[in-house]
Amino acid sequence: MIPAAFDYHAPTSLSEAVALLSKHGDTAKVLSGGQSLLPLLKLRLGQAGHLIDIGRIPGLEYIKEEGGMLRIGGRTRESALERSEVVRTRYPILLDTAQVIADPLVRNMATVGGNLAHGDPGNDHPATMLVLGAQVVATGPKAERVIPIDGFFVGLFTTALQPDEIVTEIRIPAPPARSGGAYVKFERKVGDYATAAAAAFVTLGASGLVERAGIALTNAGPKPVRSTAAEKLLTGRRPDAAALGEAARAAGQSATPSADRRGAADYKKEMAGVLALRALTKAVQRAGGR
Amino acid sequence: MKIDTTPEVSGMGHSMKRKEDPRFIRGKGNYVDDIQLPGMLYMDIVRSPFAHAKIKSINTEKALKIPGVLAVITGETLAKYNLHWMPTLMSDTQMVLPVEKVVYQSQEVAAVIATSRYIAADGVDAVEVDYEPLPVVVDPFKALEPGATVIRTDKKDKKDNHIFHWEVGDRAATEKAFAEAEVVVKQDCYIPRIHVASIETCGCIADFDRVNGKLTVYMTTQAPHAIRTVFALVAGHVGLSEERIRIISPDIGGGFGGKVPVYPGYVIATAASVVIGKPIKWIEDRMENLQADSFARDYWMKAELAAKKDGTITALRIKTLADHGCADAAANPSKFPAGLFSICTGSYDIKHAFAEVDGAYTNKPPGGVAYRCSFRVTEAVHMIERVTDILAQQLKMDPAELRLKNFIPKEKFPYQSALGWEYDSGDYARALKLAMERIGYPALRKEQAEKRARGELMGIGISSFTEIVGAGPSKHFDILGIKMFDSAEIRIHPTGKAIARFGTKSQGQGHETTYAQIIAEELGIPASAVQIEEGDTDTAPYGLGTYASRSTPTAGAAGAMAARKIREKAKKIAAHLLEVSPEDLVWETGKFSVRGAPQRSKTIQEIAFAAYTNHPQGMEAGLEAVCYYDPPNLTFPFGSYICVVDIDRGTGQVKIRRFMAVDDCGNIINPMIVDGQIHGGLSMGMAPALMEEISYDENGNVQGGSFMDYLVPTAMETPSWETDKTVTPSPHHPFGAKGVGESATVGAPPAIVNAVVDALSHLGVTHVEIPMTPERVWRILKEKGVAE
Repeated sequence: MIPAAFDYHAPTSLSEAVALLSKHGDTAKVLSGGQSLLPLLKLRLGQAGHLIDIGRIPGLEYIKEEGGMLRIGGRTRESALERSEVVRTRYPILLDTAQVIADPLVRNMATVGGNLAHGDPGNDHPATMLVLGAQVVATGPKAERVIPIDGFFVGLFTTALQPDEIVTEIRIPAPPARSGGAYVKFERKVGDYATAAAAAFVTLGASGLVERAGIALTNAGPKPVRSTAAEKLLTGRRPDAAALGEAARAAGQSATPSADRRGAADYKKEMAGVLALRALTKAVQRAGGR
Repeated sequence: MKIDTTPEVSGMGHSMKRKEDPRFIRGKGNYVDDIQLPGMLYMDIVRSPFAHAKIKSINTEKALKIPGVLAVITGETLAKYNLHWMPTLMSDTQMVLPVEKVVYQSQEVAAVIATSRYIAADGVDAVEVDYEPLPVVVDPFKALEPGATVIRTDKKDKKDNHIFHWEVGDRAATEKAFAEAEVVVKQDCYIPRIHVASIETCGCIADFDRVNGKLTVYMTTQAPHAIRTVFALVAGHVGLSEERIRIISPDIGGGFGGKVPVYPGYVIATAASVVIGKPIKWIEDRMENLQADSFARDYWMKAELAAKKDGTITALRIKTLADHGCADAAANPSKFPAGLFSICTGSYDIKHAFAEVDGAYTNKPPGGVAYRCSFRVTEAVHMIERVTDILAQQLKMDPAELRLKNFIPKEKFPYQSALGWEYDSGDYARALKLAMERIGYPALRKEQAEKRARGELMGIGISSFTEIVGAGPSKHFDILGIKMFDSAEIRIHPTGKAIARFGTKSQGQGHETTYAQIIAEELGIPASAVQIEEGDTDTAPYGLGTYASRSTPTAGAAGAMAARKIREKAKKIAAHLLEVSPEDLVWETGKFSVRGAPQRSKTIQEIAFAAYTNHPQGMEAGLEAVCYYDPPNLTFPFGSYICVVDIDRGTGQVKIRRFMAVDDCGNIINPMIVDGQIHGGLSMGMAPALMEEISYDENGNVQGGSFMDYLVPTAMETPSWETDKTVTPSPHHPFGAKGVGESATVGAPPAIVNAVVDALSHLGVTHVEIPMTPERVWRILKEKGVAE
């Protein structure tokens, strides 16, 4: 539990941080909340020549609704999501998610940007962001760019971010009327990564039919899984038990989990379906569907 | 229980707040890793990635080039002093550092000594070891098959992996009872390998003073005196003599049996300090602790129960295979290689019984430490409580009714068990009936029937356990020949305050409080004015330490007996002061008064002052006593637990809705501390029932070697425990107490398993192995067609 030596940098501006990243390239790592990075270094599972601590850069922690979007600063702590009034009242799915990430001590440090940028399919935010149709704002040496969430996760621990880019904002479209979302996680004990977890988001039309559906899974493959098959099954249908059941089964089918101490692959796949049904049921309830 | 002292005195029965807590709560505890000595060096350990491999070479060149790395110690280094092997407490041997091969994953291979903890870790990374993997033996059954790879090739003439065979009971009579039985039930049951996972890992600082030739070792040990003697016996040939060895066990963050053994790290650090002449600190990290320290359980049991059709149990037979890993490094009393497993007849009046246990070597770390189970009692109780439920299921009897029918009746105590124990006292029916009343047993059964009709899975499980603690009478109990008495030494100061030292060592049990309360009860000196010390072999009287719930039955008893010696002397002094004959004095808490003239009295404080200022002619001054207490028997605490579970048909997750624990540990010193012991023990009992397990893959790779996968429950997983008690004093203990530290850990698992099986019994399920993880339960639901 003792890391190898590294150089530590504490830039005070975004441009300085990006310049350091450009200079040190692959040997540099961004230190945000540090809740994934430091354990990797301490266990010597990973090594970094340079840690670029973005903790002293002003203006990276905020949660605000603006221009039809919820804007979350890249370094916003998970605990800030838990305490946010706008999150609680307008985006309960985000509260669901933040509340089940690790434990309160970790959430006081861990950041939303870090949770996404780490590219860990076991992290909880990716599935939620996928069903919400979020955008990731990345700042690099040239300018900032907006990456749609569907193109953000590339593979295991790999994202569309360049080595010299920093996640500075996450944007979530404001929910239309008659919308509801939920994140449900099944874990072996509090603080664990999910054995299975599902995010669901639905928008109902005036007639009560599903206009838009989003279903995504955590820890169900090498990268976060969005189940478009399940979404298609549900779109245009009345969200009754039969339709939700079909969609949940389809979601379960889209899971390709690997076996570990949390369970065998077949069990996790079944659990993905069970959790998808629970998330969908809750999302429809929140949308006022039942 | 009657309380005889005022809250100011706080003798027996007062829920006095723990005297040790202010320092723990304020972060002022003094654990090994808090200790800093001038010039101290740091040690880190190179560990094997293989479970069984020949060591072809160890190259230390790169490590020694790192500035700050002072030495790399290997088996070859220690072999020069014949310290590369050490004896275990079970008279087996264990490697300190290997010269030939490693026998389990994460075994110590070399140690790096450096000027900082960080440099030591870099040094470990730079040591290059060339291994040649050998065939790995993981399964203890396969280990005993002919032609199995022999693990202990160090032992001359050892041609297999068999460690011991032990049996107890009348085999022929038991076989006859089975032949004549109307009903027989059988069950195989595996109790997996688990780890104590104490919050503080193991570690030490070895400090050899070259000028005085004295070795001081600050060590996380539950048994400092025994360790000192072992050190003297093992290292006598390199000049360490027992009077020049001082073991100091400072505050300990949980032991649970895992801090009884001597670990290789202690020996390496000590050898390094002797050679280098500087203090050397070694503190394990969490993964080293989980992967390489001694383990508990790992018992493969086959049990059979014979009975009449009316439910009367007539005989019990158990055959067990114990996986001890690479060495028999348990800490059982010498004559008991399977600990006190022969308590397996439990709370029942079973006429015939026979039990046998075989021990096997495998490529795993040493197993068999008594993790909060008082020597294999957890395994024994799990088995008897399981087969009792299976019998009830087979006979379609209520499990409570079957237990009430078979309990040893209270009139039969002291009771001679078929396997040779004399149970001191008990009233088992009373405890079970109280638990049933408190939890509302009939209403729960009604609710269960209604839920079952709706397809919901709810279960109610009972465990009525009998514990066996307080080792032990010198006739039968010793460790490496040292009898298992324990000791107390009390000194009363002139102003009537006291200091008392004991041969045990608290690791969270609250001895500084409860021992003071025992002395307060006996002498009337307020417990707050009695200072308790343990753990320093230079000052405390010799004792075998704290484990197996033995402190109150042995050292606690010694404390009371030493106090009574003091009271005898105090009586003579009082007689002198009051100018009467000692026979004319009567004792009531804290003072002697003249019979028939209660206004003429002397308090213990006045007497103490006189002992130093005005003692009678012909009497020695001072007021102090020592007692080495050899218990006449063990104590047999007991209880009945009832657990209610609901099972999630979607995920297979078991949720404990209610858990009612009725315990009987005889007379109670501090009810709050007993409650704390029960709460902690229940959580530690729930853990292996539902979550904890250390397993190995076919290559001997440890699974669950970090807190990511070794699932210690948190407050979030733990239900709100409900507790109650009955009081059946021990007839032979000086103040009627029994040990309690392990009752709940022993009693809880079968109650939870019985509840889960009960929830599934209508589907034909008769047994579920532990840990009952969601996946394991879900597979049963799936097989029975009830998964959602």
